[in-house]
Amino acid sequence: MLDLTTAWALLLAFAVFVYVVLDGFDLGIGILYPFFPKKRDRDLMMNSVAPVWDGNETWLVLGGGGLFAAFPLAYAIILPALYPPIIAMLLALVFRGVAFEFRWRAVRPRTKVYWDWAFIGGSVLAALCQGIALGALLQGIEVDGRAYGGGWWDWLTPFSLLTGVSVVCGYALLGACWLNLKTEGDFQLRVRELARRFAVATVAGIVLVSLATPFLDAGFFDRWLSWPQILIVAPVPVLVAALAGALWVSITRDNLDWLPFVLAIGLFVMCFVGLGISMWPYVIPNSVTLEEAAAPYESQLFMFVGAAVLVPVILIYTGYAYWVFRGKLDPDDGYH
Amino acid sequence: METIFGLDALMLARIQFGFTVSFHFIFPALSIGLASYLAVLNGMYLWTRDESYLRLFKYWLKIFAISFAMGVVSGIVMAYQFGTNWSVFSDRAGPVIGPLMAYEVLTAFFLEAGFLGIMLFGRERVGNGLHMFATLMVAVGTVISATWILSVNSWMHTPAGFAMNEAGQYVPENWWEIIFNPSFPYRLAHSVTAAYLTTAFVVGGVGAWHLLRGRSGNAGVRTMFSMAMWMIVVTAPIQAVLGHEHGLNTYEHQPVKVLAMEGHFRSYEDGIPLILFGIPDQEAGEMRHALEIPRLGGPILKKGWNGSLDGLDTVPDELEPPVAPVFYAFRVMVGLGVLMIALGVWGLAARLRGTLYDATWLHRAMLAMGPSGFVAVIAGWLTTEIGRQPFVIYGELMTADAVSPLGTAAVAASLVAFIVIYFAIFGAGIVYILRLMGHAPELGERGVRAEPGPIRTAGVTPAPQLGEGSRGAQHPAE
Repeated sequence: MLDLTTAWALLLAFAVFVYVVLDGFDLGIGILYPFFPKKRDRDLMMNSVAPVWDGNETWLVLGGGGLFAAFPLAYAIILPALYPPIIAMLLALVFRGVAFEFRWRAVRPRTKVYWDWAFIGGSVLAALCQGIALGALLQGIEVDGRAYGGGWWDWLTPFSLLTGVSVVCGYALLGACWLNLKTEGDFQLRVRELARRFAVATVAGIVLVSLATPFLDAGFFDRWLSWPQILIVAPVPVLVAALAGALWVSITRDNLDWLPFVLAIGLFVMCFVGLGISMWPYVIPNSVTLEEAAAPYESQLFMFVGAAVLVPVILIYTGYAYWVFRGKLDPDDGYH
Repeated sequence: METIFGLDALMLARIQFGFTVSFHFIFPALSIGLASYLAVLNGMYLWTRDESYLRLFKYWLKIFAISFAMGVVSGIVMAYQFGTNWSVFSDRAGPVIGPLMAYEVLTAFFLEAGFLGIMLFGRERVGNGLHMFATLMVAVGTVISATWILSVNSWMHTPAGFAMNEAGQYVPENWWEIIFNPSFPYRLAHSVTAAYLTTAFVVGGVGAWHLLRGRSGNAGVRTMFSMAMWMIVVTAPIQAVLGHEHGLNTYEHQPVKVLAMEGHFRSYEDGIPLILFGIPDQEAGEMRHALEIPRLGGPILKKGWNGSLDGLDTVPDELEPPVAPVFYAFRVMVGLGVLMIALGVWGLAARLRGTLYDATWLHRAMLAMGPSGFVAVIAGWLTTEIGRQPFVIYGELMTADAVSPLGTAAVAASLVAFIVIYFAIFGAGIVYILRLMGHAPELGERGVRAEPGPIRTAGVTPAPQLGEGSRGAQHPAE
């Protein structure tokens, strides 16, 4: 039986997933900037996401706002617990977001380079902090009553750094696959080379995080490695392996430019399923369940009615906005 | 309690929220007005096919793009700061205000963001009709966004329609009463009008700048100045009325705030004076060096010439807001409002005499008043937000009880980071906006993605060359 709290958990997971994929590829563009020092290449890369980045980032606001509304207790515990990485992520997004506009307004080439670095630094730091936040949540948060009960550096562990770096690599992979879709010629060949490298790094990250997770907590271990549970969860790693192989092959092929992007998204889907298996039914692993953190029924219902109507509408017009700017980019755009 | 420079974690968190929200609000104040202005300009262009409107559209679109981006990134910070710094408030008020904020995201943020790309870059791809639709959606989105967030803010001032559960959370009972809480309609009307007025002063100030530089031959310059002056003369008096009504509503629901705004430390039996200026001394509970008009305070509060009033001396000290900042900020806002009305009348007089485009002193005054809207808006927010202290949810939850259990050092570090980065980043943004404003709108105005280059040095081009378009011919002498 699908109750409202479960529905909200699924809806929020969906919002966060859409965020990760969409802002993932445009943060990825920033992460890939250092590999393309030429101004012309950088203009092209930025133009490939300029019409859509703002909409992509809105899913992050929905994720935060939705958590606040549907699971206020979780919001009130998680955010103070992750205070330093969250504040750093927000400031990084400030740098990155304004770089989209400021870069075109800088008169001197020197200042333009500063904004390029703001774009790079902001993108890398935002991705890293999101990964660290994920790792810090997975490894568990100390709860005291209805508040965070731990210290200020609890979030910083080898595990959270590993998830942080993995997310940076994953976003770079998404960014490279997006550029593969949007560009042609020499530039596209260079992008594919990067896509291959970041595909390897991403899969390595997935493997390491997956190997470490069961040992964080006995609950995780039982879920993944106890018999007969292992039979139910086995398809996840198998599918990851299959997707990784298909991705490798598709990046080397010439005919289907959209395929690597779809397969990379597939990898992220499997990571999400894996996360779901690890965390369910908790919102803060092993201390606060979704049910405990849930807002009252009236709050969830009021929002759910709206969300059920509005999310499909949003998906339609967001899809339309992507459709308007479809196709390969003209490298001379913006030079008129 | 652990302090840094005499400030504890609570005060630092308050300063951080006040600083980031003030900085943030500057951009929506402009974006709300500019989005509607752009929709009007684009509509006028499609209707009249007068190129000068298109020129103005492209000109202000570039400024809008920067302002909007700064509003978005500083707004994301706000969406998370409730949780990072005010976690007890978030836990307890989340069930009531969380859904309203989620609706803001679903109905407004996505709408703005989804159509912004088409508005900025899509005219050639989708055609004029759909581009106009996208422009309208962005404008509508900014107003919907203001509606939801002001409903949330108003609920914190005049909470209604809720109950409390056993976990100490405020839970919804009647959504209609929550959304349309008593102060919401007044705050919404006053704030949205403020955004339009702020934008009118920005547009008018830019127009005045170019008129003072001898560019009255530029049809775009004349059009923007004229439109702004119309907007000001109509909107400024309306805003005064709305503000007064908002004040009366505040007196009904948050009388202590109004006492602080008016500086009434003492009670009156027969006739309430209107205190114009003075130096509030909260310790002593009196207004020093007060300049006051006898009895005029009564009619303003709808109490008549012989009315009586219970002053701050009837309020327990621990429930009083800090009087001085509220008293001063309120005077800044009202003073600027009076100047705005005066400028609107002056502009109308100049228009009737046919000297709108060559009344140099009017242009100078308009230029000086260009940023006045921002100052008035921030002063207004300081009045209302400091005025509801010591509560965060008025009469329900004290600010001191709402804060996250954070260490002083952690909040101090984040506050310093916010201050340094905001001044650097948004300082640069304001420089870029001013630079765009420094060029007059020209024939063949470039799009959003065009970079600054030699063609843009409009200052050296003789004014008559810029004065193409149908309206140019009507003003050959200028």
